[in-house]
Amino acid sequence: MKKEEVPQDGNNMHDGTFKQLFYATDNAGQYVPVTSVGWEPENVAMQQAWEEINERVEKAKAQVLAGEISPVVYYMEKTIMDLPLLASYVGKFQWQVKRHMKPAVFNKLSDSMLRKYAAAFKVSVQELKNIK
Amino acid sequence: MDEVLEVMNDIQFNHEQTAHCESGVISNIFRHYGLHISEPMAFGIGAGIFFGHLPFVKVNGVPGTTYRVVPGAIFKRVCKRLGVKIESQTFSSPEKGMEALDRVLEAGRPVGLLSSVYYLPYFPPAYRFHFNAHNLVAFGKDGDNYRISDPIMETVTQIDAKSLAEARFAKGFPAPRGKMYYPVQVPEKVSLEQPIRDGIKQACSDMLNIPLPMFGVKGMRFLAKRLKHYPEKVGDRKAVLYLGNIIRMQEEIGTGGAGFRFMYAAFLQEAAGVLKREELSELSAELTSIGDTWRNFAFNAGRVCKSRSVNNVSYAELSEMLMQCAAEEEVLFRKLSKVKL
Repeated sequence: MKKEEVPQDGNNMHDGTFKQLFYATDNAGQYVPVTSVGWEPENVAMQQAWEEINERVEKAKAQVLAGEISPVVYYMEKTIMDLPLLASYVGKFQWQVKRHMKPAVFNKLSDSMLRKYAAAFKVSVQELKNIK
Repeated sequence: MDEVLEVMNDIQFNHEQTAHCESGVISNIFRHYGLHISEPMAFGIGAGIFFGHLPFVKVNGVPGTTYRVVPGAIFKRVCKRLGVKIESQTFSSPEKGMEALDRVLEAGRPVGLLSSVYYLPYFPPAYRFHFNAHNLVAFGKDGDNYRISDPIMETVTQIDAKSLAEARFAKGFPAPRGKMYYPVQVPEKVSLEQPIRDGIKQACSDMLNIPLPMFGVKGMRFLAKRLKHYPEKVGDRKAVLYLGNIIRMQEEIGTGGAGFRFMYAAFLQEAAGVLKREELSELSAELTSIGDTWRNFAFNAGRVCKSRSVNNVSYAELSEMLMQCAAEEEVLFRKLSKVKL
């Protein structure tokens, strides 16, 4: 990639405020560092990854409000965690966390367990119980 | 520990932005001790270039692809090859880890830290995923805030103690467990010749000789074959996500472009000068053009993602492009392995 060809597609998710470094060649073929605000294919891929996350969050929210699943799922999606990661944050086995995803089980969780979830999601226990 | 009396706020740390966090920390932290190694040189000596596709290791349901060796390996190899002695520690609790960090900073030493980008507030929000193998340097304290030189950022920055503790003690795989590291003995003069030879030899071997289909040049073909069938195997929606992840691993933060291929080409160019081997310059130019092929692949993959096309032909074409990359890299690394160094 030539120095002049380093893309500067700034319409990405950080508004071009963050520049990353690339290696490109100058006219003499020597490698030089060049900064770039972004590249279209990467911007597209990044955008889609976030659209996917946001859709999952919205879906989880609707299911929580419909009483089908517990807020644990909603916050797990919102903090981009998966089951193994969340289980390690609250110090439980995956099957236990899976149980806590059922509203009936979640409603009977102890205060200390709720605090662990709240801490993992960085919200208060109140916010954990009542999603907005 | 000869400069114990230095006040920690007075550590003068010369920050330079780099493409990749691991080779960047090496370059920045070694320079502090008078050892000048460019980022591409660190990357090359550490044999950082690689390829791997691991369909069974899924991150958020998407199969993993990597263009570099496993995190930590570059650092370990560079230190070994240059004869730098490193003190490295992990901790059982955040309290212990933060206290130990403060003590080393008080002694006037900048410290490399392993962290999760999810908990770094200065990072652009769109990049904050649970990625646990990010490297940065702490070089002082300003009240409760730590002074940070994050190699992929343009300038130095600061972070509050609570966020830094969360980032250092993030859970998941691999858990950083507060890992911190700093050089305790840096040779005044190093000769780069032998480390370069060792690095090149190892890179060629990693790219050509691992007897598993997922790694090296074979790994590219492995991915090419699977990618061709993404739409029928996992459906259009997931196929696009899988493809997007490959683009991101190749071009997003920290590869220097074309999945480290340009950085390695820069290394070969520098190595040509050190070893006085013109062949390495020629191979550098060849790798640059292979990097352009990779960029072309990403460009077309991006178009498929954007159109979310239901067109299987496009996946077959992308698969062909990957096969092309594999063929070209195989030739390159075979030539490189035969250069008399």
